[in-house]
Amino acid sequence: MLTPDVVTSVLVHLATGAAGAAEAEPAGLLPAREQMALSLGWHIILACFGVAFPAMIFAMHLRGIRRNDPVALGLAQRWAKVSAVLFAIGAVSGTVLSFEMGVLWPGLMGTYGDVLGLPFAFEGLAFFLEAIFLGIYLYGWGRMPPKRHVMMVLPMAVTGIIGAYCVLAVNAWMNVPSGFRMVDGEVTDVHPWAVLFNQHAFLQFGHMWVGAYMLAGFSVAGVYAVGMLRGRRDAHHRLGFMVPFVFASIAAVTQPFVGHVLGIGLDERQPAKLAAFELAETTESPSPLRLGGVLVDGEVKGAIDIPYLGSLIAMNSPDKPVPGLDTIPEDEHPPVNMTHLAFQTMVGIGTLLAGAVVLFWFQRRRGKDLLEKRWFLRFAAASGPLAVIALEAGWIATEVGRQPWIVYGVMRTTDAVGDYTASLWWLLGITTVVYSLMTWGAVVVLRSMARRWREGAIDLPSPYAPAVSAGSTSGEHE
Amino acid sequence: MSIEVAVAAALFVGIIAYAVLGGADFGSGFFDLTAGSSRRGAELRTLVDHSIGPVWEANHVWLIYVLVIWWTAFPESFAAAMTTLVLPLLFALLGIVLRGASFAFRKFSETLGQARLFGVIFAASSIITPFFFGTIAGAIASGRVPLDGTGDRWSSWVNPTSLFGGVIAVGTCAFLAGTFLVADAARSGQARLADELRVRALGVGVVTGAVVFAALVPIDHDAPTLAAGLEGRAAPLVVLAALAGLGTLVLLWRRQYAVSRLTAVVAVASVVSGWGVGQYPWLLVDEVTIVDAAGAQATLQALLVAVAVAVVVVVPPLAYLFKLTQSEEWTKH
Repeated sequence: MLTPDVVTSVLVHLATGAAGAAEAEPAGLLPAREQMALSLGWHIILACFGVAFPAMIFAMHLRGIRRNDPVALGLAQRWAKVSAVLFAIGAVSGTVLSFEMGVLWPGLMGTYGDVLGLPFAFEGLAFFLEAIFLGIYLYGWGRMPPKRHVMMVLPMAVTGIIGAYCVLAVNAWMNVPSGFRMVDGEVTDVHPWAVLFNQHAFLQFGHMWVGAYMLAGFSVAGVYAVGMLRGRRDAHHRLGFMVPFVFASIAAVTQPFVGHVLGIGLDERQPAKLAAFELAETTESPSPLRLGGVLVDGEVKGAIDIPYLGSLIAMNSPDKPVPGLDTIPEDEHPPVNMTHLAFQTMVGIGTLLAGAVVLFWFQRRRGKDLLEKRWFLRFAAASGPLAVIALEAGWIATEVGRQPWIVYGVMRTTDAVGDYTASLWWLLGITTVVYSLMTWGAVVVLRSMARRWREGAIDLPSPYAPAVSAGSTSGEHE
Repeated sequence: MSIEVAVAAALFVGIIAYAVLGGADFGSGFFDLTAGSSRRGAELRTLVDHSIGPVWEANHVWLIYVLVIWWTAFPESFAAAMTTLVLPLLFALLGIVLRGASFAFRKFSETLGQARLFGVIFAASSIITPFFFGTIAGAIASGRVPLDGTGDRWSSWVNPTSLFGGVIAVGTCAFLAGTFLVADAARSGQARLADELRVRALGVGVVTGAVVFAALVPIDHDAPTLAAGLEGRAAPLVVLAALAGLGTLVLLWRRQYAVSRLTAVVAVASVVSGWGVGQYPWLLVDEVTIVDAAGAQATLQALLVAVAVAVVVVVPPLAYLFKLTQSEEWTKH
C-alpha cells in the first residue's frame, strides 16, 4: 500500500525539473521544495486512507451486524487494527506538514497566515473529532454495545470529508487567491470566511475526495486480489475484495467527470498551467491533444498529436485554442515537461482504472465473473499502486504547474521560502531516512499482522504482554 | 478583554491542554523506558499501552490546535519563531514522529525483538520531545526570538532559561504520567504495580518540584521580564503550583490516587499558566505584544467562532472518550 519508491522517483523528477527553473534562487528553495514534496507526497497516501477507509469499515461492520455475518465482522475488526497503524503514521506525518508550513515557508505564513488560516482551524477541529472517535472505535471492540459501537466509526467518515474540504480550500485559495486586497504591499480587507468557502474549493475538494476513495478502495481490494491469486478463494477474500472495490468503482467512473469540470476555465485562471498540461508551446486553432512528448529548446519532441481533441477536451469547443506558452512571460512558466507528463500520467491511469471497473461490472451483468481470471486479479492487485501514482501525479501536475507562484499571481515561491543555506539538504536527507524507516516499520508490522491472521490469530496480543511473557520465553505468538 | 487577548487566551488554553494531556502521554515514555527487562517490565508496558492507546492521538491534536491558532491569529510572530527556533522545533518534531509511529508499531509487533526496538524508540522519543518544547518556551519567555526572524539559531534555545524549561517539561510530563499510571494500575487491581509506580512517581515529583523552584534563580537575571511577571502578576499561580505539587506528593504517599491526579493536573497547569501570565502582555517577550502581533480583526473574530464550535462539538465526545477509558468495561482488559 505504501510505495516510497513512487515518491522517490517523483523526487528525482522534481529535482531535475526544478533545477533549471531560475538562476538567482535562494539556496534553500530547492531543498525546501523537495522536503515539501516528500513529506506531502508521503502523507497524502495516508490522508486518503483517513478520508476513505472509515466509510469502508463502516459499510463492512454494518453488514456484519445487520446480517449477523461473521466474515464481515472479522474483516471490519482487522481493518480497524490496520487503520490504527495507518492513522498513527498519518497523524504524525500530518504534524510534520504543520511544522513545515512555518519552518520552510515563513514568507507565506507570516504574510498570509491570517488569510489562509481559518480553513486550517476547521481542519484541526475535524481531525480532533476523527482522533477521538478513532480511539473510541478501536478500543470499543467488545467493550460497547455493538450497535452503538458501529456508529462510532461514522463520525470519522464525516470528519474525513470536512478535513479534506478544509485543506483543499487552502490549496484552492493558493490557486485562485481571494478574500483579501493588496494595498501598497500590505494585505488588507481580509475575509477569512470567503477563503473557507471560496468558489474553487468545492471542485478541488470533489476531485481529491473521489481520488481518496479510488486510492484506498483499489489498495484494499488489491490486497485481497493478491490473496485470491495465491489460491485463497474463500468468502473472506471475496467480501474483502468486493466492498472496497464497489467504493473504488463508483469513485473511478465519477472521477473523469469531476476532473473535467475542475478543469473548465483553467485557461482564464492559470493559463500557464493549462499550456503546460497540454504542452502547448504556441497557440494553435484547433488545438491537438498532445499525448506524451517533451519540450526541448522550445520544440515539442516525441508527442503524438490527435487533432481537434485538445480544444474539445480543454476548451469545450471544436476550435477554441489552448493559449500557448508563448503568450505568457518566460519568468512565469512552470517546469513544463514535468507538469505535462504528470498530468497525462494522472489522466491516463484514471482512464484505465475507470475503463477496468466498467468492464468488470459489465461482464458481471452478463454473468461473467472476472475474479475467475488471473489477468484481472493481477490488474486488480496493481490497481492500488496505480491509483497512488495517479494521485501523486495529479498533485505534482497542479503544484508544479502553479510555479513560480506559491500564491498564484500574488507571491512567488522564492519570496515565501525561509532564509536557509544549502544545509537544508541535511534535513531532506534525515527526513528521507526517517520516512524510509517508518515505511519499513509499517510494512513489517502490517505484513506480520496479516500473516498471524492467516494462521488463525484474532487478538494479536503484544509479544511483551504479561500473559505471553509469563507463559513462554518465546516472543512468537501461537 | 480585547479580542486579541481573547484569542491569545484560547491559544494558551490549548498549550495548557497539550502540556497536561499530551504531556501525560509523553511522560509515560519515561516509565516505559525505566521499566526494566522485558519480563519484569511487561506489566507496566502493557499498562502504558492500555492507558495512552485510546487517547494519545486526540491529545496530540492540541498541538495542531495551538499551531493553527498561532499562525492564523499571530502570523508574523509565528513565522519569526519558526525561523529562529527551527532546530528545537525539528528535534521535537522528530520525537513526535518517532513516538507516534513506534508506539503503534510496538503494539502490533510480532516478535519480542521488534517490540524492544520500537519500544526503545517510543520511550526515548517520548522524553526528548517535551525537552525541546520546553527549550522553545524558554526561548520565547527569555526574549530571544526577535520578530524579524533573525534570532541566533543556537543560543536562542541553548541558554539557562531554555534548558531549565526543557528539564521542567520532561519532569512535569513524567510526574503527570506517574500519577495517571498509578491510578490506572490501582483501578485495574494491579496492586503490586501501583505500589512500584507510586514510589517512582513520588521520586519524580520531588525532583521536578525542586527543579521548578530552583529554576526561579537563573531565570531572575536570564529572563528578567518573565521573572518580574512571576514575582508579580503570576505569583499566585506559583504559590498554587507549589501547594498543588506538595498536595499531590502527600496524596500519593497516602495512596489516594484518584484525587492525586487532579492535584497533579492543577500543579502542572499552574506552572504552565505561570509562564503565560508571567510574560503577559508579550507574545514574544520584549519583542511584540499580543495586541501588536495580531493579524486581521475579521480573522480573529472567525477564529473565536471556530473555537466556540470546537467547544460545542469536540468537548462532549472528548469527555465521552475519557469517561469510557475510566469505565469498568475498559479497565478490565
